[in-house]
Amino acid sequence: MKVKVISRSEEEFTRERRQDLQKVFRNLDPKLHPQERAHEYTRALNATKLEKVFAKPFLGALSGHRDAVSSMAKNPRRLNCLLSGSMDGEIRLWELAKRHVISQYPGHKGAVRGLAVAPDGDHFVSCGDDCTVRLWELPAVGIATREDDEAQEPIATFQGKNAFRAVDYHWSNDVFATAGAQVDVWDPNRSQPTSTFSWGSDTVISVRFNPSEPDIFATTGSDRSIALYDLRTSTPLRKLIMQTRANSVAWNPREAFNFTVGNEDCSCYSYDMRNFKIATCIHKGHVSAVMDLDFSPTGKEFVTGSYDRTVRIFAYNGGHSREIYHTKRMQRVFCVKFSSDATYVLSGSDDTNIRLWKAKAAEQLGVLLPREKQKHAYSESLKERYKHLPEIKRIDRYRHLPKPVYKAGKLRQAVHDAERKREDRKRAHSAPGSMAHTSARKKRIVAELE
Amino acid sequence: MKKEKKQKTEKKSTGPAMKKGISKSVKDKRTLNPAAVLRKKYERGAGPALKGITDKKLKGQLTVKEKLYGEAAITAAQTEQWLLPSEGGYLEAEGLEQTQHFTQETIVKEVDITSARKAFDLQLQDLGPYTLDYNNNGKYLVIGGRKGHLAIMDWKQSKLITELQVMETVRDVKFLHNELFFAVAQKKYVYIYDKQGVEVHCLRDHISPLKLEFLPHHFLLASTDKAGILRYQDTSTGQMLSHMRTHLGRCGVLRMNPYNSVVGLGHNNGTVTMWSPNMPNPLVSMLCHKGPVTAIAYDTEGRQMATSGIDGKVKIWDVRKFSPLHFYFAPTAARSLDISQKGLLAVSSGSGVQIWRDALTAKQSKPYMAHRVSKGSQVQDLAFCPYEDVLAIGHGNGISSILVPGAGEPNFDSFVSNPYESLKQRREGEVHKLLDKLQPEMIVLDPEQIGAVQRSASENQLSKDMLAKEANDAIAEKLGLKVKEKKKTKGRNKSSKRVRRKDSNIVTVKRALIAEQLKADRKAQGKEAAPSAVLPRALERFKR
Repeated sequence: MKVKVISRSEEEFTRERRQDLQKVFRNLDPKLHPQERAHEYTRALNATKLEKVFAKPFLGALSGHRDAVSSMAKNPRRLNCLLSGSMDGEIRLWELAKRHVISQYPGHKGAVRGLAVAPDGDHFVSCGDDCTVRLWELPAVGIATREDDEAQEPIATFQGKNAFRAVDYHWSNDVFATAGAQVDVWDPNRSQPTSTFSWGSDTVISVRFNPSEPDIFATTGSDRSIALYDLRTSTPLRKLIMQTRANSVAWNPREAFNFTVGNEDCSCYSYDMRNFKIATCIHKGHVSAVMDLDFSPTGKEFVTGSYDRTVRIFAYNGGHSREIYHTKRMQRVFCVKFSSDATYVLSGSDDTNIRLWKAKAAEQLGVLLPREKQKHAYSESLKERYKHLPEIKRIDRYRHLPKPVYKAGKLRQAVHDAERKREDRKRAHSAPGSMAHTSARKKRIVAELE
Repeated sequence: MKKEKKQKTEKKSTGPAMKKGISKSVKDKRTLNPAAVLRKKYERGAGPALKGITDKKLKGQLTVKEKLYGEAAITAAQTEQWLLPSEGGYLEAEGLEQTQHFTQETIVKEVDITSARKAFDLQLQDLGPYTLDYNNNGKYLVIGGRKGHLAIMDWKQSKLITELQVMETVRDVKFLHNELFFAVAQKKYVYIYDKQGVEVHCLRDHISPLKLEFLPHHFLLASTDKAGILRYQDTSTGQMLSHMRTHLGRCGVLRMNPYNSVVGLGHNNGTVTMWSPNMPNPLVSMLCHKGPVTAIAYDTEGRQMATSGIDGKVKIWDVRKFSPLHFYFAPTAARSLDISQKGLLAVSSGSGVQIWRDALTAKQSKPYMAHRVSKGSQVQDLAFCPYEDVLAIGHGNGISSILVPGAGEPNFDSFVSNPYESLKQRREGEVHKLLDKLQPEMIVLDPEQIGAVQRSASENQLSKDMLAKEANDAIAEKLGLKVKEKKKTKGRNKSSKRVRRKDSNIVTVKRALIAEQLKADRKAQGKEAAPSAVLPRALERFKR
């Protein structure tokens, strides 16, 4: 007779001393884990609900400006640094970690329209309605607050003939471009622009350099155009006319042939710069003009600020926003920025405040324990797995909106549906093939000029 | 489909009929490699068919996912193969011995002292017969004597935790989600007591209950009563969920299927009905016995069900197909049944208990073990202890705990139930259980359908039929019963035609001559016919 029964000694399965960690034994046999699907679903549902509970994206407001914040710039060399210019011409340098002002600059006589930091992070340019572009010095790393110091003077002032609307610094060289009545490219050591581009007589309202192809930059103009320029040539490259004006342009830093424009018709349009015939994606959701947008350094998403008093975050290929931020006191948003670590979003608005938001509303900030990280990763993957189930989808997608925004959204949807229905009926009563279907991505394009 | 078929054969070979399978398919490497067999267990079915997917992106994503799942399955299989700390028990006979003849005394003599202490006999003559229940990690045992005696004990330490006399008939006892609370079916109502023996709740909605069951994943307490009403009550919120009339009279047989939390009831007319709290009618109703059903037991994987009836039979059923597998005769009508974590079946009849090994998957000729409690006392209740090789027997003269080698799962999962859990672990576990509490709507026959794509009824039926046909064909083929498909062309297989066909293939001298003659004739005819071909085709009919 051979016999053995299960016999465990307690010492083997319990800790020796109180200071030790409890021993954990796993047996992954599916027999011991019945109804795992149901459990996983329940956990996914709970994780989705908890995400809603923890979704507190608003971190704080940077107040100090005496007029609406009109433009912002981030320092490519420093994470915690933000420049902001306001409609009264003042420029402030903020320390984001402590949320206070480091320096104040007298700025311009009229509104500050554009700010850009040089790639070395030592100085920045500003442009404004007073027809000047000014070059300023940034304080070196580690220098304490200079808020109460004597007013700082610009290193250089460049005089133009017309008001400037935007400025952007080259990604690597000491060259910047300004937009206004025409596009000027400046060398900070010279008082006159090194080159000037113009195409048509309308104002150019935004300009951005391509992060990968260093000589190319894009502009948008009030003639409803989006134009591409090359520094090496004396003439512009291509131009695209849309039905409505694009207010701002931003390049995707990871796929630098793609850019997105924020349009006056409440949508954003992504384009491939090699093909202007069709937009790659339309990002819908805003109910008023999109004033500014900025890409996350990951290139996976971008943030938009709109005249409808909301800030939205879109996936680079997402038709609708992933996140909508609003507060009771936030007014028209004029400028937005994604922080250089892709964790925060900043918005400057008409109510003189700059607001600091989390890019992921429910994200736990700070240093995480490995256990916490694991838990977050687990719930993240569960949510991903069960995201299509109706209850989870409903909870995940729901966003509370201010009543005017919600109603305006409804109205826009109704108008869109009606238009569509009308077109469908028209098509049904026309000769077959006489009314061609046009893709929505093509519809807004008026002309493409070379 | 292919993968699924393979899996089916694999599952067969992992079962107890393994020896047969191996000798048959020695060439099959997978059956020989234990890691591969284990891996199948963790793969949880075949993945999606990637071949037909045209969307490249989706295909890529699925491929990556499937690869990850495969890797996870391999890791899990390796963990099981090499890293689990304990091994299961066994009892083997040598020479002419038979395991069923080993008495408890001989077994206790052979095992170590801590294990020997797990076999004991409690003489409680006056207040029996006793029903009993282990808590989820098997550390505590609650017993309830018919005449009102209730007690919780830490049975391994032989420590009485609490003891009380309710001065009322006690019909059943059941632990709730942990050892802190237990429910008692008393004369009129169900009562909940805590670990100290304090009456916490009186559930007046359950009237004259006979049997209790606790659904640990859903925190539901189910009871059946004299009027044949099944009631569900949520023990975390106190909400009375539903009560269903079975319309089949007094019902004292109630058991939960641990695989899907569907509850099975045994009735006096011989039927077993399965219920979920979401449906007013039973999900399944099957006629199992001639005469009343006395007990039901499910195996942990939810594949087989054992039922016993007054007709003296113990029947094994496939609960996935709701079809009978085989049956045993009990010495007298079996009163209670239980199936251990490793699939041992305990059957009590009169004062004897028989334990069968591998009895669910294949018909066995003799029991694995047998035990007899003190003379004159009838066995009332049986319970295998989870994670231990122990069977507790509640009978008229008290309770006995016997050693059944190979009954329990040797390796526990600390996050499921830990026999050595500390106070803090228990508290944390309770919170996690409540967070993971499943909604009663999730009690369905097939728990895998949660989160799956909902198909239309007809499509579902079609695929079910297809699967059933394929499975049946595969079995028939294996057993050599497969009938060859009939040929559809009629008349070609007549004996006369077969002979003629055969003849036509024999070449004789005469045939060659005839063939030559024919050829010559045709040639001659052709030559004569040639000039007539000049006529237009339309005029040919006027030709003389």
